[in-house]
Amino acid sequence: MTNKPMPEPTPVSAPFWQSLREHRIRIQYSPAAEQYVFYPRILAPRTLADDLEWRDISGHGTLYTFTVGDRPTAPPWSDSLPQLLAVVEWDEGPRVSTEIVNAQPGELKVGMRVQPVFCDYPDDGITLLRYEPEN
Amino acid sequence: MGLRGEAAIIGMVELAPHRKPTRTPRFSIEQWALLSASALADAGIDASSVNGLISSGISESDKFAPATLSEYLGIPINYGEVVDLGGATAAGMVWRAAVAVELGLCDSVLVMLPGSRDFPTSSRRPAADRGYSGASSNNFGSPQAEFEIPYGNLGQNAPYAQIARRYASTFGYDPRATAKIAVDQRTNACATPDAVFYGKAITVEDVLASPMVADPIHMLEMVMTCHGGAGVIVANAEVAKRSRNRPVWIKGFGERISYKTPTYAEDLLRSPISQAAQTAFGMAAIGRDEVDVASIYDCYTITVLMSLEDAGFCEKGKGMEFVSSHDLTFRGDFPLNTAGGQLSFGQAGIAGGMHHVCDGARQIMGRAGAAQVPDCNTAFVSGNGGIMSEQAALILQGD
Repeated sequence: MTNKPMPEPTPVSAPFWQSLREHRIRIQYSPAAEQYVFYPRILAPRTLADDLEWRDISGHGTLYTFTVGDRPTAPPWSDSLPQLLAVVEWDEGPRVSTEIVNAQPGELKVGMRVQPVFCDYPDDGITLLRYEPEN
Repeated sequence: MGLRGEAAIIGMVELAPHRKPTRTPRFSIEQWALLSASALADAGIDASSVNGLISSGISESDKFAPATLSEYLGIPINYGEVVDLGGATAAGMVWRAAVAVELGLCDSVLVMLPGSRDFPTSSRRPAADRGYSGASSNNFGSPQAEFEIPYGNLGQNAPYAQIARRYASTFGYDPRATAKIAVDQRTNACATPDAVFYGKAITVEDVLASPMVADPIHMLEMVMTCHGGAGVIVANAEVAKRSRNRPVWIKGFGERISYKTPTYAEDLLRSPISQAAQTAFGMAAIGRDEVDVASIYDCYTITVLMSLEDAGFCEKGKGMEFVSSHDLTFRGDFPLNTAGGQLSFGQAGIAGGMHHVCDGARQIMGRAGAAQVPDCNTAFVSGNGGIMSEQAALILQGD
């Protein structure tokens, strides 16, 4: 698994990755736009308002779309087939790219409820946010 | 707002795509010069009217492409441009060239896309490893490096399959309908000797029996990268008069760029061609029913299907019925990608987008040979870059 590319937090995005390490999910919110924002940015998208603040969200959401990849999207995933590549829409609005775990490909349906799975990689100091069908 | 329709494609070049490199290895600036000379020869004019060029960058230098090309060609220019729109680059280049001509900046503009990565090699400086990230950037600070690549979300197959999956859950999905797009285009390729799949007819059953690469997309519904290259000369009416070809006037265009990764699309099922096509048809002041040939960017069959809907050729969500109930071949009632499209003509890298410009122009010039659509006077051309994230539309017409 360690040959897979790991995210490298930036000064702006660090609070998001820190929250994942704590098995919480904090994303940005723009009070002026009354909208949550993902991924982390320096200014609010659309309005470019300088009002982004960090808020905890539950992380629960629905499966917006997915695909079952029987061929690796790149060499580091050649031992991780099938890839269950997914887009989850959080209940708070934004969407996030992720992978589905703890599920068979045949179980997956667009619109199904999903919940976060925090995957820790201590050697990299990173926790990735994957998803599984909601209990 | 818009074009007056006073700039025309007057010459073109489109190399036959080859699956393996078979031509002499050439640097991209060399390919640029060779393509330019071929397109000028095709138009039957010399280089003296050329005073503009549009490229997508050159492989030998990551900056100063217009100046490097101007110097290499020995042609000073009034307008030099780099367009970075993936598969929409060609359509984006053509409308920019038309604008430069109509503004009076340029008499003739070279619009070339070298399409072979078979470059001369150096024993002293081995080619850099291009890595696996492709159209995604794995550089520090890139959103893709941080939020996509760690989850394996890279390349094109998976994100296009995600679009198709979302489409299926919203509107339904008929695998035989998307397969028919590939089959009809293959029929067109079988009437086009330069097509990489010339002489290799396929059936719907063949498509459905080909490996499922990213569910629901089969292998025969995906493009295959080839070596080639293509380009056009865009010129004003005065130069067009001297060309040996019937001028192909650029009457309308539109362009829309809305995201990089589909995860962040406002609505994944309303592609940017909606706005681009609306703008283009409005500018040209024609209706969809006046289009004789549609050349739709076809990296995957789902791209064609959604582009037909979003460009307004059929109702949203009814694309499957539309392609099933129309003959999409050059003989049919809705001629689509009449030279085979990239799926069956071949995708010569970034030059793949130029295939659709050449397809439309060739039909209007009346040079499509066995695949010629009778009395073709109007073509709709689309470009599509990224994951249906940046799209452009052109309306081309004869006199």
